[in-house]
Amino acid sequence: MSTANTTEALPEPIIEARQLEKHYPQADGSRIQVIAPINLAIYPGQIIALLGASGCGKSTLMRMLTGLSPSTGGAVYWHGQPVNGRFPNVSIVFQSFALFPWLTVIENVEAPLEARGIPAMERHKRALRILDAVGLDGFESAYPKELSGGMKQRVGVARALVVEPEVLFMDEPFSALDVLTAETLRGELLELWLGHKIPTRAMFIVTHNIEEAVVLADRIIVLGRNPAHIHADFAVAIPHPRDRKSLEFLELVDSIYRVLTGTDHKDASAPPRTYVPGVVPKSKAVMLPHTRPGGMAGLLEILVDRGGRVDLHRLSEELSMDLESLLPTIDTAVLLGLLRVEEGDAIITPDGYGFAQADIQTRKAIFRKAALANVPLLRQMEQALKAKSNRTLSEDFFRDLLDEHFSTEESRRQLETAIQWGRYAEIFDYDSQSGKLTLTEA
Amino acid sequence: MPALPAVHSRPLPPPAKRPGDSHWAWSFLIDIAVFLFVFATIFGIYAIGRTWLGPAHPEAQISQNPRDLPLYTLYSLVRMVIAYAMSLVFALAFGYLAASSRRAEMIMIPLLDILQSIPVLSFLPGVMLAMVALFPHSQLGIELGSILLIFTGQAWNMSFSFYSSLKTIPRDLREAAIIYRFGRWQRFAELDLPFSTIGLVWNSMVSVAGGWFFLMACEMFVLGKRDFRLPGLGSFLETAASHGDTRAILWGVAAMIAIVVLLDQLVWRPIIIWADKFKFEQVESSGVAHPTLLHLIGRTSLLIRLYRRIFHPLFNRLTLVFTLGARRATESFAAPKQHRLRRGIAYVLIAGVLVGLAFTVVHTVRTLSDLHRQDYVELVRSAALTFLRVNSALLLGALWTVPVGVAIGFSPRLARIAQPLVQMAASVPATALFPIILLFFLRLPGGMEIAAMLLMLLGTQWYILFNVIAGAMAIPTDLKEAAQVFHFGSWDRWRFLILPGIFPYLVTGMVTASGGAWNASIIAEYFHFQGKTVSAPGLGSTISSASDAGRFDMLLASTLIMAIIVVVINRLVWRRLYRLASSRFRLET
Repeated sequence: MSTANTTEALPEPIIEARQLEKHYPQADGSRIQVIAPINLAIYPGQIIALLGASGCGKSTLMRMLTGLSPSTGGAVYWHGQPVNGRFPNVSIVFQSFALFPWLTVIENVEAPLEARGIPAMERHKRALRILDAVGLDGFESAYPKELSGGMKQRVGVARALVVEPEVLFMDEPFSALDVLTAETLRGELLELWLGHKIPTRAMFIVTHNIEEAVVLADRIIVLGRNPAHIHADFAVAIPHPRDRKSLEFLELVDSIYRVLTGTDHKDASAPPRTYVPGVVPKSKAVMLPHTRPGGMAGLLEILVDRGGRVDLHRLSEELSMDLESLLPTIDTAVLLGLLRVEEGDAIITPDGYGFAQADIQTRKAIFRKAALANVPLLRQMEQALKAKSNRTLSEDFFRDLLDEHFSTEESRRQLETAIQWGRYAEIFDYDSQSGKLTLTEA
Repeated sequence: MPALPAVHSRPLPPPAKRPGDSHWAWSFLIDIAVFLFVFATIFGIYAIGRTWLGPAHPEAQISQNPRDLPLYTLYSLVRMVIAYAMSLVFALAFGYLAASSRRAEMIMIPLLDILQSIPVLSFLPGVMLAMVALFPHSQLGIELGSILLIFTGQAWNMSFSFYSSLKTIPRDLREAAIIYRFGRWQRFAELDLPFSTIGLVWNSMVSVAGGWFFLMACEMFVLGKRDFRLPGLGSFLETAASHGDTRAILWGVAAMIAIVVLLDQLVWRPIIIWADKFKFEQVESSGVAHPTLLHLIGRTSLLIRLYRRIFHPLFNRLTLVFTLGARRATESFAAPKQHRLRRGIAYVLIAGVLVGLAFTVVHTVRTLSDLHRQDYVELVRSAALTFLRVNSALLLGALWTVPVGVAIGFSPRLARIAQPLVQMAASVPATALFPIILLFFLRLPGGMEIAAMLLMLLGTQWYILFNVIAGAMAIPTDLKEAAQVFHFGSWDRWRFLILPGIFPYLVTGMVTASGGAWNASIIAEYFHFQGKTVSAPGLGSTISSASDAGRFDMLLASTLIMAIIVVVINRLVWRRLYRLASSRFRLET
């Protein structure tokens, strides 16, 4: 793994997280670790990309670094000084743009300056200058809803840059845009940055798009799940402009792919780590990837077509799906023993082969066997239902069980997924009105 | 910066046109109108000030001459405006506080629920006695009392609307405000208030309509031995009704309709159109047509000009002042000190509230212990009667509004014609028509029963109708087409498409209508007409007669019962239906 070992050569970091972590307390004294203690430094002159699958905690980590979200342990330092409830000079570009729809473009850009008490004339001058830089002159008096997505995000960038932030944070800035617009904006952002047209000293981009990270970043931090931890740290030495077809580009993308897919399988079957000394997790809980069983069949069919083994990176490219949408389905297949992942390749197992070839009823039977063998939660649910004379239990019962291992929100999602799977496998029926689960009679 | 990429297939939108600047000729006329308006206002304030600060005339002679109507209407209008302004300030403060503190929220929101269920007349003794005690020798006390009464009918739903808007501000917008260091004031002026504007506007309309509805009760009332009368449109109508003066009744009703329609066209329509810019949406919705007087005046209405010329610059100025102030404050004070001070104030407040609460409870129990057993029997019986009446009115309302509303909602052509008419009809306060209704029905056997139900119906059916229309319009076309493709019969169409489709809207309308009907019972069941009191037995008439007779124990008991019934019905019936509506019958796109 090409872990970047650049810390010694670099000057004093602008923002530094030391042992930064986040966990939620549970009723029984244990706690759910969302983010494991993390050390992370943002140095001047760098674009850092924080890469990870959805729901892995990268947004939370970013919000802790900016001071938006409080941490439960560790601290964030701003030029060596701890940040205590005060906000360092940073900006955020949001995925949803987060523009105020009732303010015109220029009023939106002026608002942060207003908050800093800058007089009207000066505000206007600065806002016009930055709007010009991002290519929005002529749109000053338009309202956001009159603009296309790309133009809206330009306003978002202008608003972020107008306060001359030392670090510019971007939370999935281009995910809500179509492919071409996103690519254009990336190019424009790089041009501003490389041409030193903005006083910003560092950028921190949260993304789930590997190629976006490799196109933009000088350093790519890959976040693992359960709890979030830094899994790998890549230094990107490819000179700009980066050619997506070049060998080094593709190699880097491929190795990041391998890291991401490799770790996620290990993590999916591991219980969430608790960091409380003396408190041992009660039983093994397997975290279910949030998928519907239906999507898996399609994936396995494609694998059969490709001779049973396929490179994941190529697969995602062919399906024009990004990593985020593909990984949960792969996780599901791996968890059920229908698929194996080695070296960034997906390999179908004999069970998986059978599943792909079968008709609907046989598929359900295979799924049922695999689910009961590999998913302790479903096995537990079946046993609990069998133990009751009327074969019926409320979903709240299972939610309470799950609450011991997961946060409230996560246990709700876990149960939702388990119910989806259990219904598909015909283990039980579910009545959403009453919230009751009933064992399916054979 | 690179030129705009060629990949933009869509033509770029033109720079926004700011309306208003192009109407120079109109602007000139409007300036003259503004001048006249200001002059009239100054004169009005002077005239009103002279009466208000003059000696008290609790039993002023209410004229029955139509020539006095313009002045009376002005008096009522001023009361309404002041009461509305107070309600708005209260709503903003209350909603803001409830939304910003989780602990306060736990008490304040149920409190709103209860306050909303208490009819205007139940506030009367407390408010009136307090005000007259405060200003014993001038008209001001009585005027303030009347204004406060109108206020008690307006403030609660506006507070709730502001609170729930604040709670639904998207997280990203909140975070943007934090990360860009908005101070409290800037957050309020540029995020909280704009985001809540649309909800506040609609609720303001409902509130003001409620104000007109209860105007008669708020301008003229008996409290034990004391008879309070304030010159105004409401007292004009009430006097005309109790004398049975048909000509005066008709004049009064005409004046009421005129002022309500004028306000609707000159104030509310322009404000609704203006409020459209606060809609939280990413894409511009397709053109919305508002056929109003507004088009005659051009797009610059007085109020909007007022906003643009005065409030907007003022807000900007304030924002700057407040940010500088806040900056200085953080520089000179240490944060924890302020915290301790705030906590101290909170403790003192809580202690005050608790003492007041204890006092009230003791007092209530003592007052209620005066009541006899037959009083309670009477109360339960009247509560049951009003319950039947309210729910029959609701049922009747739903029976006619559902088919009509669906017909209007399904046909764009019909909607274009019917909607303005319906809105106009809805804006006329039903109480103004009540004397006319009574003229007809009192001749029939059981006429008061019918009239009472009719008034409840008239006062509340619009909420149902509007919601049903909105619901029918919201049913997606592809679902309608699916019903067509599968040759649904009309019963199946209703069962599978229309009723489930409008259900959430129907529930929303019925919740509002139910609360409104309970409150309306105080007028519907008890009315001074043609020199005598006509009444139908019920909780509303118990409240009204207790207030008339100055029987505070009975008033307190009946108010408590009404509040309990309304809150319990809300919890047990409407809230459950609401949950069902938002889980099972929500149309997801």
